[in-house]
Amino acid sequence: MYLSLRDRPSSAQPAQHGSEVSPPRRAGRVVVTLGMVSLLTDISSESVAAILPLYLTAVVGLSAVAYGLIDGLYQGVSALVRLASGWFADRTDRPKWVAFAGYGLSAVARVFLLFASGAASISAVVAADRIGKGIRTAPRDSMISSATPTEHLGRAFGVHRMLDTIGAALGPLIAFGILVLIPDGFSVVLAVSLAFAVVGVALLGLLAPDQRAQPRPEDGAAPDPFRWSDLGNPRLRPLLLLAGGLALLTVGDGFVYLALLDRGGFAATWFPMLFVGTNIAYLVLAVPVGRLADRVGRARVLVAGHLVLAAAYVCASVPNSTWVATLGTVALLGAFYAATDGVIAALAGRLVPVRARTSGIAAAQTVVALSRMASSFGFGVLWFALGPSAALLLVAGLLLAAVLVAATQLGRLGLDRVVA
Amino acid sequence: MSTRMRVSVFLVLVSGIATVTAWYALDQYRSVRAARDRDPQVSQMPQAQPISGPRVVFRHTGLDNRYGLVAMVALGDPTGPRSFTDVPCDRVAAGDSGASCLVAHAGVVTRFEAQELGPDWQVERTYPLPGVPSRTRVSPDGTRVATTSFVTGHSYMSVGFSTATEVRETGGGQSWGNLEEFALVLDEKRVEPVDRNVWGVTFRDDRRFYATVSTGGRTWLVEGDLEDRTLTSVGEDGECPSLSPDGTRLAFKVDVEPGDGREWSLAVLDLDTGRRTDLGDGPRGVDDQVAWLDDDTLLYGLPRAGQPGVSDVWSLPVRSGAEPDLFIEEAWSPTVVRPAAPS
Repeated sequence: MYLSLRDRPSSAQPAQHGSEVSPPRRAGRVVVTLGMVSLLTDISSESVAAILPLYLTAVVGLSAVAYGLIDGLYQGVSALVRLASGWFADRTDRPKWVAFAGYGLSAVARVFLLFASGAASISAVVAADRIGKGIRTAPRDSMISSATPTEHLGRAFGVHRMLDTIGAALGPLIAFGILVLIPDGFSVVLAVSLAFAVVGVALLGLLAPDQRAQPRPEDGAAPDPFRWSDLGNPRLRPLLLLAGGLALLTVGDGFVYLALLDRGGFAATWFPMLFVGTNIAYLVLAVPVGRLADRVGRARVLVAGHLVLAAAYVCASVPNSTWVATLGTVALLGAFYAATDGVIAALAGRLVPVRARTSGIAAAQTVVALSRMASSFGFGVLWFALGPSAALLLVAGLLLAAVLVAATQLGRLGLDRVVA
Repeated sequence: MSTRMRVSVFLVLVSGIATVTAWYALDQYRSVRAARDRDPQVSQMPQAQPISGPRVVFRHTGLDNRYGLVAMVALGDPTGPRSFTDVPCDRVAAGDSGASCLVAHAGVVTRFEAQELGPDWQVERTYPLPGVPSRTRVSPDGTRVATTSFVTGHSYMSVGFSTATEVRETGGGQSWGNLEEFALVLDEKRVEPVDRNVWGVTFRDDRRFYATVSTGGRTWLVEGDLEDRTLTSVGEDGECPSLSPDGTRLAFKVDVEPGDGREWSLAVLDLDTGRRTDLGDGPRGVDDQVAWLDDDTLLYGLPRAGQPGVSDVWSLPVRSGAEPDLFIEEAWSPTVVRPAAPS
């Protein structure tokens, strides 16, 4: 894995930001270490997520409804936590240890999951896990950003997201592998999940470099402190506007899958495979699309990613859906994530002063997450008013218009100027 | 710490964790295998012969070689010997002429299935379910089956939660589809909320039924009509209704600790007078669709504390302040079947 990252310099560009560039070896190490931490943590969280509904209904005896309703409530909490942790990581310039606290909280939550048995205690554990995720994401992305020369940033995030997604794909496989070997071995799945979480936290704590946003001055003078006004930075604002606006036209994957199910392109049995398929497409495309973003401009790829999303919606609403349409939808969704998820973090980290990097990333991710929640709600209305196909086609049309507008404005927004 | 030191500490830690986890997994494997090779500790009918008289059909939950199989006992002797079928079900609802069984096949791709079982407990039809089995009921005349499953999925930045409740005609007849698409009337107003979910059907006859609708964080008890395709509210704050044998009352779950914690208790609604009786002091934490033993007694499953996977069926007289009694141990998902008198 390590070797594949250190491929030949693609465009042989000399480093332009002399002082900012770390030695490539070190950059690779931060990205790969954090990628492995994410891989281990995702195996841990996705193995539990995959069996949780089954565990709650078949073993604990709860109606899944009880869990599902509570689960939704914590989404907003996670967004607030994300901003606070971004601010704290910048304030202290210790992103590694803030991220460590987030990963640690999620690992501790797994210990309690082994003993939790009621709806309330289990949803508390799930909430702790989500808060942990809210804490760790932005500091981790800011470490990747700080450790990587600007011209390789897209690829670095691609590599990280690929490793992350491999973990997400392995988790359910491991969980169900255990259940096949040990009938009803849910406690073994929880124990294995805890083990992966602890190893992930240990890897971060012991072996990840203490990557700071600002190089510490030799004389020990304190670096510039973070200011809230950094977030009002005129360069970050267009990104927040662009990403938030496009995210308002992004409906949850769940809706797209349900629309496919509604069209009858496949048996309900295959429903869970749609999530797996999207993950596979994402992990295959993360690195190539990240590299493409480095070459042609990240904002351009971000906007184009939404064009791919519009195509996915069209594909999902083709009448008499076939396997081809289903596979096409899944592949296009994966491509959309590859073109946006890491790319937003990569862009945001470069548009604010170094001292506000984590907050900038957190702000962009929060805006996107909140906009997507709002849009999913709005899409629900459309679904009931127009039916799944017409609703998806309408959103695809709006998305196409938004992409065209964004594309013509890209030059003026100047988002990609940092790259050149 | 030097880098070499850190690497050593990490490697020691990883091997330690791997050893402990592997030991635990092996230990669990052995104890599960040992338990599953054991004969049931409850008494069994000598021959695997189904009971044809009045009976209670349920899922057996003893940790033994019959775990998860549908079993039955004579209604007059619930603690007596049980007769096992060889059909595994997570949820089961039976009538005199057959049964509905919801089951999950865990695997690399977990499959969820609704099965229609004939009177001889053979699988006659299967339908794929989009998620984890939750509730099922059969209409009194055995011609309608309702199934509720829980559709879940996760991916980057999206959380999905939804129930899918469908009603079908037995024997491969028509399907009325997802009840979410029925016209919804709450408090005499036609509404079209986005976040509606429907679950927990109980039938009155082959056309009318009751169910739960949730929207905007509130739950409603609704009366449904298959021909008109409508759901009309008859009460608020209740889930998973169950119609009494005389057809006058609904028993249902009530969330008695709204907000963060969820703690259910049971209540009964008189459909004619609208009077509601709380059975709050008895069963706490009930999360099952109750069944009626007779016009004065409810049955419900309750997980056994400290023994994951094991549950018992309890009975509770319908009056406030009543105490529950253990009705059938190592059981879940009970249905009372009273065959019609031969004509």
